[in-house]
Amino acid sequence: MTAVPAISVPALSVENLSVEFRTRSGVVKVLEHVGFSVDKGETVALVGESGSGKSVTAFAVMGILDAAGKVTSGRAMFGGADLLALSEQDLAEQRGRELSMIFQNPRTALNPIRRVGRQIADVLVRHGGATRNDAPRAAIEMLKRVRIPDPERRAEAYPFELSGGMCQRIMIAVALACRPALLIADEPTTGLDVTTQAVIMDLIGELAAESGMATIFITHDLALAAEYCDRIVVMHAGHIVEAAPARELFGHPRHPYSAKLLAATPGETVSLESLASIPGGLPDLRRLDLPPCRYSDRCERRIDRCAEPLPQRTVGERHLVACWNPL
Amino acid sequence: MLPLLRHARYVLSENPVTGLAFGLFAMFLVAAILGPVLAPYNPMQSNAAMALKPPSAAHWFGTDQLGRDIFSRVLVATRLDLTIAFASVILAFLLGALSGVAAGYFGGWTDRIVGRLADTIMAFPLFVLAMGIVAALGNEVINIVIATAIINFPLYARVARAEANVRRDAGFVEAARLSGNGETRVLLGHILPNIMPIMMVQMSLTMGYAILNAAGLSFIGLGVRPPAAEWGIMVAEGANFIQSGEWWIALFPGLALMLAVFCFNLLGDGLRDIIDPRMRT
Amino acid sequence: MLKLLLSRLATAIPSIVGVVIVTFMLTRLLPGDPAAYFAGLAASPQAIAEIRTKLGLDKSLPEQFVAYIGDLAQGNLGNSLSTGQPVVAEIVTRLPASAELTLVALLLAVVIAIPLGVLAAVKQGTWIDHTCRIVTTAGVSLPVFFTGLLFAYVFYYLLQWAPAPTGRLDVFLSPPTHITGFYLIDSALTGNLEAFWGSLRQLALPAISMAIFSLAPLARMTRGSMLAVLGSDFIRTARASGLSPRTVIFTYAFRNAVLPVITVLGMVFSFLLGANVLVETVFSWPGIGLYAVNALITSDYAPVQGFVLTMAVLYVALNLTIDFVYGLVDPRVRLDA
Repeated sequence: MTAVPAISVPALSVENLSVEFRTRSGVVKVLEHVGFSVDKGETVALVGESGSGKSVTAFAVMGILDAAGKVTSGRAMFGGADLLALSEQDLAEQRGRELSMIFQNPRTALNPIRRVGRQIADVLVRHGGATRNDAPRAAIEMLKRVRIPDPERRAEAYPFELSGGMCQRIMIAVALACRPALLIADEPTTGLDVTTQAVIMDLIGELAAESGMATIFITHDLALAAEYCDRIVVMHAGHIVEAAPARELFGHPRHPYSAKLLAATPGETVSLESLASIPGGLPDLRRLDLPPCRYSDRCERRIDRCAEPLPQRTVGERHLVACWNPL
Repeated sequence: MLPLLRHARYVLSENPVTGLAFGLFAMFLVAAILGPVLAPYNPMQSNAAMALKPPSAAHWFGTDQLGRDIFSRVLVATRLDLTIAFASVILAFLLGALSGVAAGYFGGWTDRIVGRLADTIMAFPLFVLAMGIVAALGNEVINIVIATAIINFPLYARVARAEANVRRDAGFVEAARLSGNGETRVLLGHILPNIMPIMMVQMSLTMGYAILNAAGLSFIGLGVRPPAAEWGIMVAEGANFIQSGEWWIALFPGLALMLAVFCFNLLGDGLRDIIDPRMRT
Repeated sequence: MLKLLLSRLATAIPSIVGVVIVTFMLTRLLPGDPAAYFAGLAASPQAIAEIRTKLGLDKSLPEQFVAYIGDLAQGNLGNSLSTGQPVVAEIVTRLPASAELTLVALLLAVVIAIPLGVLAAVKQGTWIDHTCRIVTTAGVSLPVFFTGLLFAYVFYYLLQWAPAPTGRLDVFLSPPTHITGFYLIDSALTGNLEAFWGSLRQLALPAISMAIFSLAPLARMTRGSMLAVLGSDFIRTARASGLSPRTVIFTYAFRNAVLPVITVLGMVFSFLLGANVLVETVFSWPGIGLYAVNALITSDYAPVQGFVLTMAVLYVALNLTIDFVYGLVDPRVRLDA
């Protein structure tokens, strides 16, 4: 994927985002001081274990957090405005038009009793991408763009009549119908077979390149991230621990956790026997005595200084790491 | 046991209404057991001179057309109404749960027959079927119990079947089988006790319905006959006097009915929250 | 579409068979001598013997069953003891009254319960939600005959807003020209404003009593279903696409949420048809429910049997309609069938 040269104003700039969840057992600080940016035309991967807060970050930016969740600090600068400060009405204007999201489990993410063509048309009509009369035709055009064969007939189908890969294409059609500036893809290929995975990722990449759209890929699959993304941002337990260009991260991971993640990723040159698991587990985020570095409890490189608040060290070209004792 | 009690206390603290329901239930139990002893007057004693008197200090709920004290009658009626309801619920449980677990465990023809039976019963509007059954079997209280049990049978059978189905291949059932227990033994001695908590929730949830059903049947003259003291029949008697303004004859038994049903509905909800919150709608 | 209709009809056949068998058994289960019951309490042994041969009660059970089916096929439900009239004729005359009452009650319940359920779901946790819960729980705890009596007392006796609970129409008004038997429809069709208004006033209390009773399952199901749908993945997608709240709630959420509600209508009808009997008794409504209750009091068995059979067949037909409507609304069922 060719990286478009960085333009001075990033498409999305998340700064110091913190999110809390109110639960029966107390307040959980799900995200803490999360910050990263995505440039126009760039593809950034947000990677981490399950429960690291990747999806929550996306939901917070899109404003579709669960009712129990609350943004306690931070900004999400997009198109000159702070998304987190917008009213629900203004935010709804942006959603689907300037920034879109696609989800995993494409079949359940589509309205099961509404024809897929109409679901695309709904978004077009809502954001003024087409008039009510033109919308059906525009929807079929969109189906063509996502390479669905026999689009006129497929537009009349219901999600349950289509395969998982097709449903994902429909979701992409819905998300990209109004040509947004940013697409967030939350584990879009989980549950699809490997061939379809590649096809979907390629499709997203091509559509992004066509319009200079920025993309955020949320995934737990580092190999996938490496293959399709320009930059990778590594998350652990609600913190950003490292952010670097993909090649740089794979060649020289600087955070102990990133290194462990890489070592645990299956790949062509790595045998199953040599895969190492990461010791310990995610910390219990309900604890009131969480250390500033949430990885420190299970880190073998821990030093005394790790009890201090985390730094943001620049260790290379656009390579940041949050660690007192990086590799 | 202790974790269950602790959990029960948690649920009760979250939901004080359930605590209220337990309190009401206790009150009804006392009324049912000690009713005749606690009643200020003889519920069957007529007194023509005192007929149709509104509520007063002497007669808290007033008197009816035969001069009988309504408060005493409502109090004493608790025993009859609760007995009928309990009996029909237990009978429904016996018929339904046993056939249900058999159907869920053995499958095949047992399942088909029980299913067919349940479906046939459900093809009728339930109250209408109850009417037909009581009319056919005879106008006796025992037939109200039987009719109510029959119309509740499909529900119990369905729940028991589903639960037995789930447990058919469970670990403890395997173990029981391997220890040499015959199939019937496994069914009755292991599976049935295991599903008892869920069955108890069902039973308390249907108690309210059973009371309403029995009252409805006696309201139209089936089963309980005068001069017996029963809430439904008392409302029916009072209905004749509504139009002339003697409201108390029908009101108090009606309120007792409502309170009892309300109590059992809340109780059922509370028990369900304690035993298996996932069943919540 | 036709395939859907036929497949649904096929599932109704075992139900009808079961219904016929059960109603047959009910008459033969009478304690003592069935012939004595059909002959009446005051019958002489001779009359009883006559009835026995006349109704074929001396034949074997399978023979009786065949005869029973034959009778049913010819529309013969026996004769009423008290009036001497064929039960079928009396039921057909009275059916529109019950049907009108039940349908108006259902309409009322749906019109109140479904918006209430949607509101409670959308405003979950607020006082609206809690009020909805309390009202519906109270509604289902109230015995329907008690509610009816209370209403009659408060609104007729005390406030005198409602007319006397003496039937479908005030004694001084004459019924509208018979077209369907539904007074509301007939008077509307013939422009008979007086009869329309009169029938509506008489319908009000009984219909409201029945409606309150069925509010609970409908509202509860709507609320639960709506909540489940609002938390589902495709609603999240709809919101993420920026669709307007109205589109999300009504076009996307509600249409999906209404599916389980259609299914629960079957159970609601079971309640309503039962409540029908009680409400007709309270308000002296001249429908088949009151007919059956009066027959019970006089130990007149043929009408009771005819009543149970009619109600059951009606119920099977209603369930069939509900199933069919569900198939129309949910494409997943329609296209798989």
